[in-house]
Amino acid sequence: MTDLFSKFDPMIQMRADLLATGVTDPFGLVMEKVISPTVAICNGRETILLGTYNYMGQTFDPDVIAAGKKALDDFGSGTTGSRVLNGTYSPHRDVEEALKEFYGMDHAMVFSTGYQANLGIISTIAGKGDYIVLDIDSHASIWDGCKMGDAEVVPFKHNDIEAMEKRLRRIPEGAGKLVVLEGVYSMLGDIAPLKDMIAIARKYGAMVLVDEAHSMGFIGPNGRGVAEEQGCLDDVDFVIGTFSKSVGTVGGFCVSNHPKFEIMRLVCRPYVFTASLPPSVVATAATSVRKLMHAADKRAHLWENSRTLHKGLRDSGFQLGTDEPQSAIISVIMPDLERGAMMWEALLHEGLYVNLARPPATPANMTLLRCSLCALHTADQVQTIIGMFQRAGKTAGIL
Amino acid sequence: MDRAATAEKIAALIAPFNKKDIAVTDATSFAGDLEFDSLTVMDFVAAIEDEFDIIISMNAQAEIETYGQLVDAVVKLQG
Ligand SMILES: Cc1ncc(COP(=O)(O)O)c(C=O)c1O
Repeated sequence: MTDLFSKFDPMIQMRADLLATGVTDPFGLVMEKVISPTVAICNGRETILLGTYNYMGQTFDPDVIAAGKKALDDFGSGTTGSRVLNGTYSPHRDVEEALKEFYGMDHAMVFSTGYQANLGIISTIAGKGDYIVLDIDSHASIWDGCKMGDAEVVPFKHNDIEAMEKRLRRIPEGAGKLVVLEGVYSMLGDIAPLKDMIAIARKYGAMVLVDEAHSMGFIGPNGRGVAEEQGCLDDVDFVIGTFSKSVGTVGGFCVSNHPKFEIMRLVCRPYVFTASLPPSVVATAATSVRKLMHAADKRAHLWENSRTLHKGLRDSGFQLGTDEPQSAIISVIMPDLERGAMMWEALLHEGLYVNLARPPATPANMTLLRCSLCALHTADQVQTIIGMFQRAGKTAGIL
Repeated sequence: MDRAATAEKIAALIAPFNKKDIAVTDATSFAGDLEFDSLTVMDFVAAIEDEFDIIISMNAQAEIETYGQLVDAVVKLQG
């Protein structure tokens, strides 16, 4: 019998080698108690959270929690059904209304996760004979959406406008085209030149989908994302987003002004063939989304945090993913996986949690310590974080 | 462009990525013999696409394992 698991042997070996160095398993962390959006107890130690994507700190907002509790009481713990059968309750409709208000768009469709939103929309709208032109550093859910559909998939070098244009130009006359971009790329925390890229996509008659998972709530005058910030949201056909970051719960969505958009509810399999979100989840999301429309102060503080941390880490001598802070993700580049894991562990001992990202999820096979800031990190916490990095950097031999 | 001319151009484009100077024949595989990783594949495919002004989609790439198969595919894509 061929062991179907033998293909994972290199991965199993890599993990074993890493753990043999004695480091704590970076992928086995458990939070025993969560005190606030920025602090939890991990391994009995109070730990500052700097790797949660909880950008706007909505997870403990009293209004958000109250809305969830009420929906739990009023509608029960779950829907036990698909959105198109018995799984649409009034809170599901209400969160779609909230999204339409938030983005100023005609249609909103809520999926069980952001992963499924990308999977469903991309695989459904781009069919046989169509072309998907996408950035090579796209999120796994975008790639999987491409893989699930029947379209021709054509990647281009990250954020390379000329490479994108060349590929659009070469697509056969008459073929349907979808350009897929992200506002913020979560590995390095860099943003896309959406305005220029979307103008070119339009010129070649392509439809445009932008994943704004890592920008919602704090980039753009109304927190609608990088496309809004750059003044090109009107030229985006489909915005994909998630509730699992700034909104502070779970779920995904697509908003659009396409006049035929509603048909997606019947033809999009990752929407139809799975149970809808629990009513408490969509109720918390609706409350959170509406509160994000009036969060200018929080937004300003989050940017302040991002600038302070970026400068502090750069001045300490760390190599960062971007020269300037472009989002609420500050990515610290590690020399290799082993020292990355050592640094990650040293930070954890200091009482700081960050995300360790390693190949193959990372661009150019880099090992990264990704820091995502929260609007509720205090200025003092950010200074504490910088000190922790300096000490851990010396312990791990990186500084 | 005929097969021989296409093959010659592709061979020239492989050279800078052929770190171990492997002798390239129609049966030479990119992953196995030339040890191309995913980053190398991306740069190499872009170089071929630019040279011949064609698109080799991921779907088409999945069918191409060897130099010979690539030459055939490029001949076909040039129409
Ligand atoms: C760019 C991007 N798109 C989509 C997703 C998926 O979001 P969700 O957590 O809701 O599945 C993520 C989250 O990791 C992401 O980073």
